[in-house]
Amino acid sequence: MKIIVLVKHVPDAQFDRHLTGPGNTTDRSESILSELDEYALEAALQLIEARGGEAAGNKVIALSMGPAGAVNAVKKSLQIGASEGVHLTDEALAGSDAAATSLALAAAIRHLGADTPADLVLTGMASTDGETSLVPAQLAERLDLPQVTFASSLELDGARLTARRDGDTHADTLEATLPALVSVTDQINDPRYPNFKGIMAAKKKTITTLTLADIGVDPAQVGRSGSWTAVDSADVRPARTAGTIITDEGDAGIKLVEFLAAQKLL
Amino acid sequence: MAKVLVFIDNPGQVLKKASLELLTMARSLGEPAVAFNGELHDDVAAALAAYGAQTLYRPSATDLDDYLVGPKASYLAAAVQTAGATVVLTENSAEAKEIAARLGIKLGAGVITDVVAVDTDGTAHKSVLAGSYTTTAKATTPVAVLTVKSNSITPEPAVTGTAPESVTVQVPETATAASARVTARTEKAASGRPDLTEARIVVAGGRGVDGNFGPLEDLADALGAAIGASRAATDAGWIGHDAQIGQTGKTVSPQLYISAGISGAIQQKAGMQTAKVIVAVNKDAESPVFEIADFGIVGDLFQVLPQATAEIKKRRG
Repeated sequence: MKIIVLVKHVPDAQFDRHLTGPGNTTDRSESILSELDEYALEAALQLIEARGGEAAGNKVIALSMGPAGAVNAVKKSLQIGASEGVHLTDEALAGSDAAATSLALAAAIRHLGADTPADLVLTGMASTDGETSLVPAQLAERLDLPQVTFASSLELDGARLTARRDGDTHADTLEATLPALVSVTDQINDPRYPNFKGIMAAKKKTITTLTLADIGVDPAQVGRSGSWTAVDSADVRPARTAGTIITDEGDAGIKLVEFLAAQKLL
Repeated sequence: MAKVLVFIDNPGQVLKKASLELLTMARSLGEPAVAFNGELHDDVAAALAAYGAQTLYRPSATDLDDYLVGPKASYLAAAVQTAGATVVLTENSAEAKEIAARLGIKLGAGVITDVVAVDTDGTAHKSVLAGSYTTTAKATTPVAVLTVKSNSITPEPAVTGTAPESVTVQVPETATAASARVTARTEKAASGRPDLTEARIVVAGGRGVDGNFGPLEDLADALGAAIGASRAATDAGWIGHDAQIGQTGKTVSPQLYISAGISGAIQQKAGMQTAKVIVAVNKDAESPVFEIADFGIVGDLFQVLPQATAEIKKRRG
């Protein structure tokens, strides 16, 4: 089987992150593979390993869209175990919103499936930068694939896919027929780390670079000009400052209530 | 006047506060109409009229809940076209955002999520990068789709109520073709506490609660608060994953956030730093959470929280 996993190069959430430039786009200088994409990659690897791995003709293609640095997300995916990497990069893509991103990714997925269509497109539940969760649903819409999103479990029986999705008030069991698009939560598995063997093996794997011309997308349809939303202003939220800190001397619970009463929060 | 369509999925017996907020926001932007899915109870219909809905759109199909989001987006797209709406407002839940996402593609409409306010010219306000920036954004398309966070505005009924007309919208027959089917649904037991993302007060616990959320639950009940948790606490299995606050969980923006036994690593801060007032209780004086707390207590949560709960009860007699 052929699985395409979308991987995104995002600013490390462990540090302060910034918006920059005329379109208030995210500064990607200190970036890593989005943590939530590791779950999608792990899910893909488990599915192909259960089917005899690459030796049996299965493959996992890691696809990333982004500027030059985004190739690092592809490299990391190869070290973790993806079979091939694809980096969709073009200056005209800068500033793409979810709609423009999903347009470009849909075209890239169609391009990669020209000979053998992918059985599955796997993504994380959200990116850890934009955090909108719009792209998986928009890709399903554009590719006319069944959408199975926020899966916390995933099973495949032939072409029949079963997944669990946990909502706030209920949990659903979902069923779809391949090919399908699936996004997974951080509850689905424990992602593996790249080991020495994986890191060495990754050096021999191919990374294909695609431009908009390769996938037949008009530059005017993507980037800031092709986006359907525009960010007009971005202001840094004033940093919170520490307030009163006390050490409990046996009456801190009462002082806490006094604080709440003073703030009219009781 | 702009036509504003509010989508309400399964309104139930009583209209949720989040739906009332959407209707109130819709009135500030133009002439409100409602597209709902599921049954419409008399009380809900009365509330929609009191909140100024001009038209109620219902789907021709009754099986939309049997599929995941796709067919609901098809129905909503048809409703937007029937209504001639230029603004669509939905909740900000995972499911509503996905319906909005697909609706955006169907209509060629820009989608803005996590909205907390909208100006009359359609400029939407939201916070991004885990609350470190506030931004304004606008759809550049003829139709705008906005998913609005609950607790963003105070619901207010219209000055004059309406007698909305009811219109059935034909759901395209192809709507269910390439859709995942919901084959089983398990309702989760209701806690009796407010919904975490809507709660005015949140009491959240982390590693420091060491498997015992009892004192947090007692305090939450005394305050009418929801219970939240850090990833460390949900990963340990002490509480359900749906209580998780933070980058990979829920983002909350309550009036008061009480953090107990949570160190306040960046991932956790990401979920709560837009709370109006933050209180932190932690044994470790070096915990980063104290850098952002309005009131911090270096102490044992198992001493401090029960004492606070008892004091609240005492004051209330």
